[in-house]
Amino acid sequence: MGVIHGDLMTLNIGPQHPSTHGVLRLKVKTDGEIISEVEPIIGYLHRCFEKHCENVTYDQVIPYTDRCDYIASMNNNFGYAVTIEALMEIKVPERVEYIRIIVAELNRIASHLLALGTYGLDVGAFTPFLYMFRDRERILDLFETLCGARLLYNYIWVGGLSHDLPRDFVESVFSFLDYFEPKIEEYNELLTYNKIFIERTADIGVLPPEVAISFGVTGPNLRGSGVKWDIRKDDPYSIYDKFDYDIPIGAGEMGTVGDCWDRYYVRMVEMKESAKIIRQALKGLPAGDVHQALPKKIRPPKGSIYKRTESPRGDLAYYIVSDGSPIPYRLKMRSPAFTALSVLGEISQGWMMSDVIAILGSLDIVLGEIDR
Amino acid sequence: MTVDNLINWFPFGTEWPVLTFVTAVIICALPVFLFIAVYALVAIYAELKISSFMQDKVGPMGQGVGLHAWKFGILQPVADALKLILKEDIIPDLADKKLFVMAPFIVFVGAFISFAALPFGQNIIIADMNIGIFYILAVGSLSVIGIILAGWSSNNKWSLYGGMRSAAQIISYEIPAGLSIISIVMLTGTLSMQGIIEFQSGTIWGVLPNWIIFNNPFSFIAFFIFFISGVAECNRTPFDIPEAESELVAGAFTEYSGMRYAFFFLSEYAEMFVISAIAVTAFLGGWNSPISGFMNSSGWGVFWFMLKSLSLIFLMIWFRWTLPRLRVDQLMSICWKVFLPFSLVNIFGVGIWSLLVG
Repeated sequence: MGVIHGDLMTLNIGPQHPSTHGVLRLKVKTDGEIISEVEPIIGYLHRCFEKHCENVTYDQVIPYTDRCDYIASMNNNFGYAVTIEALMEIKVPERVEYIRIIVAELNRIASHLLALGTYGLDVGAFTPFLYMFRDRERILDLFETLCGARLLYNYIWVGGLSHDLPRDFVESVFSFLDYFEPKIEEYNELLTYNKIFIERTADIGVLPPEVAISFGVTGPNLRGSGVKWDIRKDDPYSIYDKFDYDIPIGAGEMGTVGDCWDRYYVRMVEMKESAKIIRQALKGLPAGDVHQALPKKIRPPKGSIYKRTESPRGDLAYYIVSDGSPIPYRLKMRSPAFTALSVLGEISQGWMMSDVIAILGSLDIVLGEIDR
Repeated sequence: MTVDNLINWFPFGTEWPVLTFVTAVIICALPVFLFIAVYALVAIYAELKISSFMQDKVGPMGQGVGLHAWKFGILQPVADALKLILKEDIIPDLADKKLFVMAPFIVFVGAFISFAALPFGQNIIIADMNIGIFYILAVGSLSVIGIILAGWSSNNKWSLYGGMRSAAQIISYEIPAGLSIISIVMLTGTLSMQGIIEFQSGTIWGVLPNWIIFNNPFSFIAFFIFFISGVAECNRTPFDIPEAESELVAGAFTEYSGMRYAFFFLSEYAEMFVISAIAVTAFLGGWNSPISGFMNSSGWGVFWFMLKSLSLIFLMIWFRWTLPRLRVDQLMSICWKVFLPFSLVNIFGVGIWSLLVG
C-alpha cells in the first residue's frame, strides 16, 4: 500500500498542555496524525540551580536540591549528602544510614506512584490516577510526621538527618506497607493488564538497549530496555549492599523489549522491591543518635568528586569542586530526566500523535530537574 | 400524546393549519427541552457521584454555612450550569464567527430532534412515525456536522484535529450501528418505534421476556455491536478520541467557553440518552416490563423505559471511569475490521433465522 505524504504541519505541544508533565514544549512536525519530528524545547523552569549553589554554603544547598526533582526530594537530598560525605570522608552512624534508605525508598514508591498514575491519565484512564494518589498521600502523611513537610523535605543533611524518627514511625510504615503491597495487584488488574492499555503501550516507542546506552538513559527507562543497571547494585553507596532485593528489567512480556509497557511495568515491580528493602531496613533499624556525626562547619578539603546515586528517575549524580572554602566552587548535577527526554525525538518518530504522549509519559520526566 | 393527536384536538385546526401545526410543535418541544435540561443535571450529578464512588472519594458535598451545593452536593450541577451561563463568551479573533456561533446549536439540534421519535411510554411519543428508527439514525448524524464546523471554525490546530477525528469516528461507527438496526427491522418488519416495541411484548417459553436481544443469537450480538458503536458515537471513553483531554486539550471544543461550551456538554448527555433509548427500544423491550404481566400498565411503561435507559447510561459512565482511551487507528480498525463484518454476518444470520425458525 502506497503512502501519500502531505505537507507537514508544525504543532506546539505545550508549554501549557495537560500532558507535558510540567512546562515542556514539544515542537512537533505532523503529517496528519503521524509525527515525523519531535523537538523538545526546555528551559521554561530554569532557576539557576547550579549558580545558586555557588553562592550559598554547603548545607544551604540541600533545600535547593529539594526543588530539582520535587517528586523525589528525599533521593536528591540523599545523593547530595552522600557526595559531600565522600568528599569529606565522614562516616555516618548506622541508624542514619538505615533511616536514609527507608525514606529514600518510600520516596521512590511515592515517585513511581505519581509516574504511573499520570501515565494512566496520559492514555486516558482517570481512575488509576486517583487510586495511586490516594496511596501516595499516605506516604506524604508519613513524611509530614517525619519532618513537617510534604513535598520539599530538607531532611537528609550532610552527616546525618534533620530529625530523628518520630514516635511510632516504624509501626506506621509497617502498617502502610501491609496496606500498600496488596494494592499493587489492584493497579495491575485495573490498568496494567487492561486490554486497551496494552494495545496503547505494547510495541510503542521501543527504546533499544544500545540506543538507550548511547543516549545515556538510566534508571527504569534503561532497565525497561532490558539492561540490568542499577547504581544501588552496580556501584553501591550507603548500605544498599546489605539488603536483599532484585532489579526488575523489561522482558517484552506484552510486546518488544523496551516498549512503553515495559518501562511502565519495571516501575510497578520496583515498587514491590522498594517495599522489600523498607521491610528489611525497618527490621534491622539500630538505635543511636542521628545528630552525632553532623559536622560543625562543612568545609571540604580542596578537590573534586563525582558521585552517583539511584534516584527514582535513574542515575542522579553530583559533581562538586571544592576550593577549601565553605561555599562550593562549582556544583554540577547530572539529571537522569534530562537524558531521558533527549531520547524522545529518537524513539517517537513515525508514531502517531497519541503515541507521542504515551511515550513522553513512559519516560517519566520531571521538568524541575531537567531545567534546574 | 402525538403531534397528530394534538393537531386534531385543536378546534381551529382546519382554519389555520400552519398556526396549529406550529403551536402543536412548540407545545411538544418545550417539555422535551425541559426534560433534556433536567435529565442532564441529574446525569451530571450521577456522573460526579458514581465516578467518586469508583475513585474512592466523596464527590460534591455541601459544606459550610449557606447553600453551598446543598445536601450531598445536589445543587452542584446547577451551580456548574449557572457558572457556564454567566461566563464570558469568548470568540477568538481569527475564528470564522458565523460558523463558530452556529456549531454548538447544530450539535444540539441533532440530539434534540431525535427525541421526537423516542417512545417514552405506550402513548407517550411525540411523533410515532412509520419510519421512526430510520428518522433517528438520520438526524442523529447531524451532530457530526456541528462538531466538524466547531473544529474548523475555531482556527486552532487542536480543534482541527478534534474535528477531523470526530468526523472519521462518528461516520464510521454509524455504519455498524445502522446495520445492527437493519437486522432488527428485518426481524420485526417495521421501522416504527412503537411497532418494534409491540413486537417484543409477551415471553419466550413463558420465562424470558420476549425481547429482541433474547430472540436469537444474532440479535444478541447485534445489541453489543449497536451499544458499543453508540458509545463511540457519543464520544465517550474509551472512544473519547475527538476530545482526548491528554492529547488534544479539549479537541473540537478547545476554543469554546461559557454557554456555547455548555451546549456541547448538554448535547453529549442528550445523545447518550438517545443512544440508550434506541438500544432499549430495539433490543430491550422498550416500555415492556421485564416480567410479563408485572407492573405492565401504560403508566409503569414510562418507569420501565426510563429505568432501562438510565441503566445503560450508568454502563456508559462505568466505562468512562474504568477504561483507558483507544488510539485513533485502533478505533477505526475495530470498526471496519470487527464490527462491520460481524454486523453483515448478523444480517445474513437473522435472515436465515427468521426463514427457518420464525
